[in-house]
Amino acid sequence: MTVRPRTSRKEIHLAAHFPGVNSTTVWADPRSRSQIAFSSFEHLARTAERGLFDFFFLAEGLRLREHKGRIHDLDVVGRPESLTLLNALAAVTERIGLAATVNATFNEPYELARRLATLDHLSGGRAAWNVVTSSDAFTGENFRRGGYLDRADRYTRAAEFVAVARELWDSWTPDGLSRPFAHRDQHFDIAGEFTVPRSPQGHPVVIQAGDSGEGREFAARAADVIFTRHGTLEDGRAFYADVKARLAKYGRSADDLKIMPGVTVVLGDTAAEAQERAAEIRRQQVSPQNAILAVEQIWGTDLSSYDPDGPFPDFDPEPDPSLTQGRTRRGDSVATAEKWRALSRQKGLSIRQTVIEASGRQSFIGTPEAVAAELETFVRQDAADGFVLVPHLTPGGLDEFVDRVVPLLQERGAFRTEYRGATLRSHLGLTEPGGKG
Amino acid sequence: MTSSHGRGLHLAAAVDQRSAYDAGSYVELARLAESGGLDFVTLDDTFARPGPDALAVLSRVAPVTNRIGLVPTVTVTHTEPFHVQAAVATLDWVSRGRAGWRIDVSTTEGEARLFGRRHAAPADALWQEAGEVAEVAAELWDSWEDDAEIRDAATGRFVDRDKLHHVDFQGSEFSVKGPSIVPRPPQGHPVRVVDATEGQARRTAARYADVALVRAASSAQAGAVRAELRASAEKFGRDPDTLRVLVSLVVDLGDGEHAAEPGHGGGGPRQTAHGPLYRGGPVDLAELIAAWHGDRTVDGFHLTPVEPRRDLERLVNGTVALLQHRGLFRTFYPGSTLREHLGLARPANRYAVTGGAP
Repeated sequence: MTVRPRTSRKEIHLAAHFPGVNSTTVWADPRSRSQIAFSSFEHLARTAERGLFDFFFLAEGLRLREHKGRIHDLDVVGRPESLTLLNALAAVTERIGLAATVNATFNEPYELARRLATLDHLSGGRAAWNVVTSSDAFTGENFRRGGYLDRADRYTRAAEFVAVARELWDSWTPDGLSRPFAHRDQHFDIAGEFTVPRSPQGHPVVIQAGDSGEGREFAARAADVIFTRHGTLEDGRAFYADVKARLAKYGRSADDLKIMPGVTVVLGDTAAEAQERAAEIRRQQVSPQNAILAVEQIWGTDLSSYDPDGPFPDFDPEPDPSLTQGRTRRGDSVATAEKWRALSRQKGLSIRQTVIEASGRQSFIGTPEAVAAELETFVRQDAADGFVLVPHLTPGGLDEFVDRVVPLLQERGAFRTEYRGATLRSHLGLTEPGGKG
Repeated sequence: MTSSHGRGLHLAAAVDQRSAYDAGSYVELARLAESGGLDFVTLDDTFARPGPDALAVLSRVAPVTNRIGLVPTVTVTHTEPFHVQAAVATLDWVSRGRAGWRIDVSTTEGEARLFGRRHAAPADALWQEAGEVAEVAAELWDSWEDDAEIRDAATGRFVDRDKLHHVDFQGSEFSVKGPSIVPRPPQGHPVRVVDATEGQARRTAARYADVALVRAASSAQAGAVRAELRASAEKFGRDPDTLRVLVSLVVDLGDGEHAAEPGHGGGGPRQTAHGPLYRGGPVDLAELIAAWHGDRTVDGFHLTPVEPRRDLERLVNGTVALLQHRGLFRTFYPGSTLREHLGLARPANRYAVTGGAP
């Protein structure tokens, strides 16, 4: 490992999340375009590249979400297969990194390592892999192995998966000789030769998105970037300190792992206008039907007879884990229900108003100047190394940020004014992996 | 398209290269093939030899080509049927309806060891499973009806979930619940291509393939295999006219304008370990193609150049130009999808309610 001098000024890293299957994306807006046509992905990726972003990011879902035994129909449904799409985007972009979320439970290391190495070759060193894990039998029903994995084994399999992928990426010498590999451990027993020479980055960038203690430890040991939800300054600082402190025991320095929370940005010519736009976006995101659904997910029962503009149920939740499938659950439903009812009582809010208020992601809302200043503050105060922007509109959701905020970040000296290198590793300031020469 | 005998001639070329991992060389070959109006290019793939992921390469090619069909090999023995169909559907989306998929199996123990999930199995069993993968892929492509996305603001619904379907597929080796994560691709079903040379592979081709590749060293031999495939397709309940039979030839056009090798005049291919090899000039190859097609023993040819750049250039500027001059091959693409190039209709969705069933 090389030791680099820590620059006096941290530079912000930026990534663009494609709006898709989540509750942030507003599909009912008249400006919203296709969620599947290549032109939508091209527009957003090229906008991000015009803004000199580090990378473009695609999420993944391997089974359509279901609620009360039926396919969830209120949010965007459907998406392309990530790696195939990113290879096509490599043809219409030149520098921006291309990150695919790919599940480590429902793939095999040999094939996935090969697909990632191929993307790295075809894009000239711009590939990244967001490692996610899952263990649910519901998703497993689409795959040969089914839902066999114990929850506790998710991270051990993911960690071993990443280690094997790196063995495969290292199996060719830099001057193009293939060497056989053999790996035998708890989850994988494989051997042979890898079919792809060492790729431009050596190792594609590895991103991790889990928040649990295990997830943090896994990131500290194995990831180059961590994608978090800790959006407030205080939460962010605590998370940042915790994760960076875990690096030393793996022989890594603080610069070797970039912490990038997912955030939304709403701009206006005045602070008041920005707040008004943000409130309108939240109303679009939480339709009356979505508000009832959110409450059903907490209460674990059918609440379709409730009025979204009326009060909460007066009984306590009886969590039913089978009610909603294919969606990440967070926290304890009884506690959440109590929090929401308290909020509703305090402020006199209806179900929908409460959900709007309680379920938002951290937002940066304000004039371009204010948002630029706040983003820089987060990075300078060690709450983040950068941000994954999650726009709410396809495909124009980043246009305004790139046109109005990026130039201000550049004026402040907080963001690059040109790409200095060709690879994603160079954008992120990550060292070249040594490999085993 | 017009031709002297009223049915289209279909031409395809392989763009395989040794030790090429950069995008540029593949883009160049695909564009060259496109300049000749070819139906599609193929790129082979196997876990057994060095080479990039073929579907990835042709996805990279898609945005910088306009009309030519893109047919990567994707193996189905050690891969997940659900991922494979999603990747092929996505290739169809990024190419706006130009995707195909050459289905292949992995028969060796060496390939099995790369995955460590199952042992090598006999080719016949693997081709049977490949048929199941071809079937479940089509079911998953149909698992979204074309008009499933409704964006109905009044009811807050993005999709009409009655138009999304679980496929509940039970195969001998795997099962898939569905629906797909990818909306129905532009062609409905991307084109499925199977090398029908051997035993069970030929049955799988007759049942599931849109394009069957066959190896034949004479027009008569090609005609016999084609007749067998069409009869077999009919037994599986298919209209045999929905199956295109292309003869695979390895071509070496390095010997000048005409065939130079003694006993090889007129450009007749010779049987080799790698299949029939045509060695000669581009003009004689045009004669061969015109003659076999005139015999009505083939629907077209799939040509694998020995020297990719040299032979593809000679194929396009020599052989194809001559066939075009004689009115036997298209001079431009009248359609935009691979199915349109092949004269194959966009399939109806098996789950869609057609209304008023007889």
